[in-house]
Formats: sequence, structure tokens, C-alpha cells
Amino acid sequence: MSRWILDHLWLIPAVPFAVSLVILSLPNGRHKSAAVLAVAGQIAALVMSFFAFLPTLETPGFRFVQNFTWFTFGDHALRLGWLVDPLAAVMLMMITLVGLCIFVFSTGYMAGDKNFVRFFAYLSFFSGAMLGLVISNSLLLLFICWELVGLASYLLIGFWMGRPSAAAAAKKAFVTTRIGDLGFFLGLLWLYGRSGTLLFYDGGDGCLEKAGLTMLGASATFIALLIFCGAMGKSGQFPLHVWLPDAMEGPTPVSALIHAATMVAAGVFLVARAYPIFSLGAINGVTPSLMVVVWIGVITALMAALIAIAQADIKRILAYSTISQLGLMMVSLGVGGVAAGMMHLLAHGFFKALLFLGAGSVIHGCHGEQDIRKMGGLRWLMPITFSTYAIGMMTLSGVPLFFSGGWTKEEIQHVTAHWPASRLPYYILLIGVVLTALYMTRQIIYVFFGDRRVASQHAHESPRVMTMPLIALAICAILFSIVLTPAWPWLHDYLTGTAAGVELVRLIQPTLFLSLVLVGAGFALGIWMYRKAGVQDRQRPADTDPLELAQSQLFRFLENKMWIDELYARTIIAFSWMSARLSDWMDRHFWDRLVRGFGGIGQLLGIFTAGIDERGINAGVDETTVGTRGLGRLISAAHSGQIQTYLSVIAIGALALLLFYAWLA
Amino acid sequence: MTPTLQLFLVISAALFSIGLLAALSRRHAIFILIGIEMMLAAANLNFVAFWRFGPQTQPPIGVMIAIFSIAIAAAEAAVGLALVIAVYRHYRTTNVDHLNQLKG
Repeated sequence: MSRWILDHLWLIPAVPFAVSLVILSLPNGRHKSAAVLAVAGQIAALVMSFFAFLPTLETPGFRFVQNFTWFTFGDHALRLGWLVDPLAAVMLMMITLVGLCIFVFSTGYMAGDKNFVRFFAYLSFFSGAMLGLVISNSLLLLFICWELVGLASYLLIGFWMGRPSAAAAAKKAFVTTRIGDLGFFLGLLWLYGRSGTLLFYDGGDGCLEKAGLTMLGASATFIALLIFCGAMGKSGQFPLHVWLPDAMEGPTPVSALIHAATMVAAGVFLVARAYPIFSLGAINGVTPSLMVVVWIGVITALMAALIAIAQADIKRILAYSTISQLGLMMVSLGVGGVAAGMMHLLAHGFFKALLFLGAGSVIHGCHGEQDIRKMGGLRWLMPITFSTYAIGMMTLSGVPLFFSGGWTKEEIQHVTAHWPASRLPYYILLIGVVLTALYMTRQIIYVFFGDRRVASQHAHESPRVMTMPLIALAICAILFSIVLTPAWPWLHDYLTGTAAGVELVRLIQPTLFLSLVLVGAGFALGIWMYRKAGVQDRQRPADTDPLELAQSQLFRFLENKMWIDELYARTIIAFSWMSARLSDWMDRHFWDRLVRGFGGIGQLLGIFTAGIDERGINAGVDETTVGTRGLGRLISAAHSGQIQTYLSVIAIGALALLLFYAWLA
Repeated sequence: MTPTLQLFLVISAALFSIGLLAALSRRHAIFILIGIEMMLAAANLNFVAFWRFGPQTQPPIGVMIAIFSIAIAAAEAAVGLALVIAVYRHYRTTNVDHLNQLKG
């Protein structure tokens, strides 16, 4: 079975694609068939992924490559391929597992929507594109899937396109990520120009293998940075992160699947996949491109964590938390901890999907309200949501020992602490841990504790179809830590291709106590700051944030997302607006006139030549015809038709000639 | 009276003049044709006379040219008569004064 799946890897993305097409052709009212089809497609993908995952367990460093020729131009064949290695296999498992939970959740969450069928078609389409992305063995195939994923994201963010804000958010996401993708595409072309192949692995000739890498030489840094541009766009890294919070306009399951668990992780995955290019020519594990990755990651992680503290929308808080965690992963990759970064990616996939679905459940229970200041006291009304949400929150905060996020964060701190270039990222990450615990505490206090406020007066627990995925994901978030602990670092060794060993001594490490202290500090700070936030006027929202009371300037700064959107609006957008206006003005007043001027010259020339024609040439021709006619009349007079006249003229002529010669002689 | 070149030339000139007179003065197409034939005969006579009284050559060139000329004249007469018949059938006349359609 595994062998068969490996030989037919294309089926894994093809099945959800096919399902998506079938669902699209369904009539609009067939909710049940659409849901059944989509979930069945996802289960099929999960089963196939599992069988593709199995052989990677047997041999450490397993890699299966299947290349094929797409088309041939001249004597050069463009080849694409599929690939299964530990990196791809765990991504497959995570995407299909989280995807399945979210598909099931969506059948409940979207139940009342009139475009239910279309939603599942898009969701399946996304799933197929994402699965294709992770098993691509060619940067080009990866790029194609990357763009399809971007398209799916656009369609789903703008799913409620009736809302102007959703349409604008979809557009913003599409355009912002496109800026990064432009860099990615340039990097792709450059890589192709240098190495002549876009296959990752090709029996020694791939661009990630020794032969391909040596051909890159000094350009590797620039290629890596251009590829990183794409990763920055997709994974919401600092200059291009602005689209991700706005993407929360989409339905919550979409936020969970695409903008938290899978698609935004594609950037991290891309860097991990192309890691040999980033680390080419590393001195002591540091290259210029990896330096950039680290610092962008550090800036993103800190900035997003700070902004998350001052947000009021339950989903926006989670969105900034996602950006922050993605920054953390980038740091980990940049300092050399590819395995640690990927472990955090996988753990994050589970717990962030859990948190988003929990948020979805809360929003569903509060009848569409998303402002946490209007919620409160939900812990007894929505017990399952509350307990699973709490598990997700503790995993995200990185509570050690029991939660997967704790182990992966420790791993990242561990590799960051040993980065030879600078200690600063390590300290910033530690601050980030405190901040994460702080904003999650704030959110939990506002949503679940204290008294009930406006939106939570008539809240109710979500139906079973929505709580089951929550429970499943919560169990995943906890059980996943079994393969992450330093005592049995199975996933780490699996990803790096070494055999796993059990050593219980390694379980207790100094970093464990450090993170315990930091997370505890974050929780304590949060509880102390927001202790009064829960008990307020029952009918009014908690309108003044404690932080706002203490530091109103700082709060305003963070609440408005550090004014980055406004900065872009004043600079880049204003610039492009200005240049558009300028081009428009130039078009109207300069180019138009120029063109019209040339037209005028042509017109003048026409009038001039027409005059010459009328006066000069026409008159000349007329004169010639009149003359010719007169001459003709004159000559025609000689032709009387009297043959004897002709003859006598000839005779007289001959006689005259005769006389002339006689006279000459 | 011994025949001399001058004598032949005078006869030939007279013959040509009579032919020309006939061609110019007669109105009937066939008589005009006859006049033209007489002018041709005068030319033939000149050929032979110049040959007979000129430096003698081995082949009798003058006579041969005259024979060719007579053959051509015969052909011309045939074409001419055919034209006259055609013209007569069309116009019911052979009077050249009335055959003036080809005027300018």
C-alpha cells in the first residue's frame, strides 16, 4: 500500500482538487452532499498521507523522489517532481489531520450560510493546493501550488464578499503577498539561470544537492534572500505582515486552517525546504541570508506580541499571536535549528487551529460578536470550549512539561541561545514568552472569566459537531509533546535523519525552569493587570483597558498596530496613488496632447497636399487632357476615311522625295 | 534599236505611273487593286532590268527576287479580293468613296 501511494503521490493533492470540482458543480442547496464529499476527500487524503508517512519511519533520512518531464523546449526538458521525506511527510500528516478537524467543525459553523457549498469547494481546493505544495520536488511546482494556495486564501478571506471590509481584506492579502511572491519568482528564475534545474533532488543533480549548490557560488545569498521575500509575504513577516490580521474577515474555520495552521506556515516550510541554499558557505553556522532571516523573525515576533496586547477582536489577537509565533519559527530556522523550527510549526498547527476553532465556537455562541470586551463569564456557559481553549492557551504560552508548545519553545530557546553571532535574539525571545503569556491571559480573562456582558447574555455551548474537533485538537496538542521531549527527541531525530534514543536524564534541563519562571511571570502579570477587568458593569462593555489607564499613549500606539498600516497608507500607498494620479494627468494632458499634436501635423500635411493636388496637379492634368484632345481632333481631321486621299498623299510624298534627291544629285 | 537600261526604266516608270493613276482615279475597289498590281509589276521589271544590265552574278538574283515578289503580289491580290468581297457583302457596294467608316 505504501509503495503504491509513493508511486502515485500526485493522488494526494489530486483527490481534494477533484472533490472541489465536483462540489463546485453541485447545485447551491445540496449542503449535505457537499459536506460529505469534502470530509470524505479529506479522509482519503489523510489515509494516503499516512501511508506515504509510514516508510519514512522505517529508515532514518528516508527520501523518495519521483520526477517527470512537464514539457520539452529545444533540447531542454523542464522537469517537475514529487518528493516524500520526513519534512514533507510530517507536513502531510499535520495538514490532513488539522484539515479534517476543521472540515468537520465547518459543517457546524457554516451550517446557516447560503453559500455553504461554495465554501467547501474552496476549502477542498485549498487543501489540495497545500498538499501539493509540501510534496513538490521542484521549486516551480512548489511555486505553482504556492500561488494556488494564495488564490484559495483570497477566495476564502473574501468569502463574505458582500461586506466591503472582507473584499478589501482579500484584496490586501492578495496584493501584499504578491509583493513577496515577486521576489520569490525572481529568486526562482535566478536559481534556474545559475543551476539549470529547479528540482530539489535529482539523484545528485538537483539544486539542493552538492552539484547544484556549487554552481550557485556567491549568488546563493541573493537567491536565498529573494526566496525569503516570498516566505515573508506568505508567513506574515515584518514588513509584509499587514495582511494577516485583516485576513480575519474570513470565516473563522478559514482563519484556523489557512491563516494559522497551514498556509502561513508555508513560508517557514519553504525556508526549511530551501535551507541548503540559505546555509551555503556558512561560517560557524552563520550566513548573511540567515542573519536576515533571524532579525526579521526577531522583529516580527516582538512587534506582533506587543500589538496583540492591545487588540480587542478575539481573532485579531490570535492573528498577531500567529505572526509572532511565525517570527519565532523564522528565528529558529535562521539560527540553524531547522528541526526545532519545524517542530514548533507542527505543534503550532495543532494548538493554533484549536485556539481559532475555540474562538469560532465562542463567536458562534455569542451570535457573531468578536469583541472580547463585550464577552465575559463564558466558562460555565461553554465548558467544553473553555477547557479546550485553556489547553490551547497554555500550549501557546509554552507551559512546560505537559504541552507540546512548551517543549518546542524550549528547543528554540536552546538553539537561539547558542547562536554565535549575537545573544540579543535570545533575550528578545524570552521577552516574547512573557508577552505571549500576558496577552493570552488577558484574552482568557476577558472572554471566559468575570461577569457576563452584552454579547454573552444568551451564549450557549456549540453543537457536538463543533466541540468534537476541539477535543480532538486539544488531545493532539497535549499528546504531541510525547515525541518532542528532550528525553525522547523522536521528532527532532526523525527530521534530522538520525536514530532516536531514550534518555530520561535530559528531561530536566535548566531551560525548563527558566521557561517555567517566564511563563509564570507572564500569567501573574496578566492576572494582576486584568484582575478587575472581569467585574464591571453588566450591561456595558469593559471600555477602558487597564493598560490604557496606566499608559494611554503606549496603548494607543499598540491598539493602532504601531501605525504601520497608516505608515504604509501615507508612504507606499500614497506614493502609488500619487503616481497613478500623475500618470492619469500625464495621459490626459501631456500624452493625449502629444498624440493630438501629431494628428494635427498629419491633418495640416493632408490639407497642404490636397491644395497641391487641387491647384497644381489637377490643373496640369486637365491642361494635358485638353491639349491632347485638341491635337487628337486635329490629327483625326487628316483621317478622312477616303483611302484614295491617303494614297495620293503617299504618292505626292514619294514624288517630293524623288525631286528632293534629284535636286541633291 | 538595242534594248538599254534607260529604255526599261522609262517603260517601268510609265507602267508605275499608269498603275498609280488607276489606283487614284478609279472608284471601284477591284480597279484600284489592279492599279496596285501594275505598280508592283513596274517594280518587278526594275529588279530584272537592273540585274540584266548590272554586273553579272552567278545566281540570277534579280529574277529570283522578281519571282518572290510576284508570289507575294499573288497572295496580296488574294487577300485584297477577299477583303473586297467581305466589304461588298457588308456594305453592298465596292465604291471606295462610300467606304469611309475608318475616319478620325
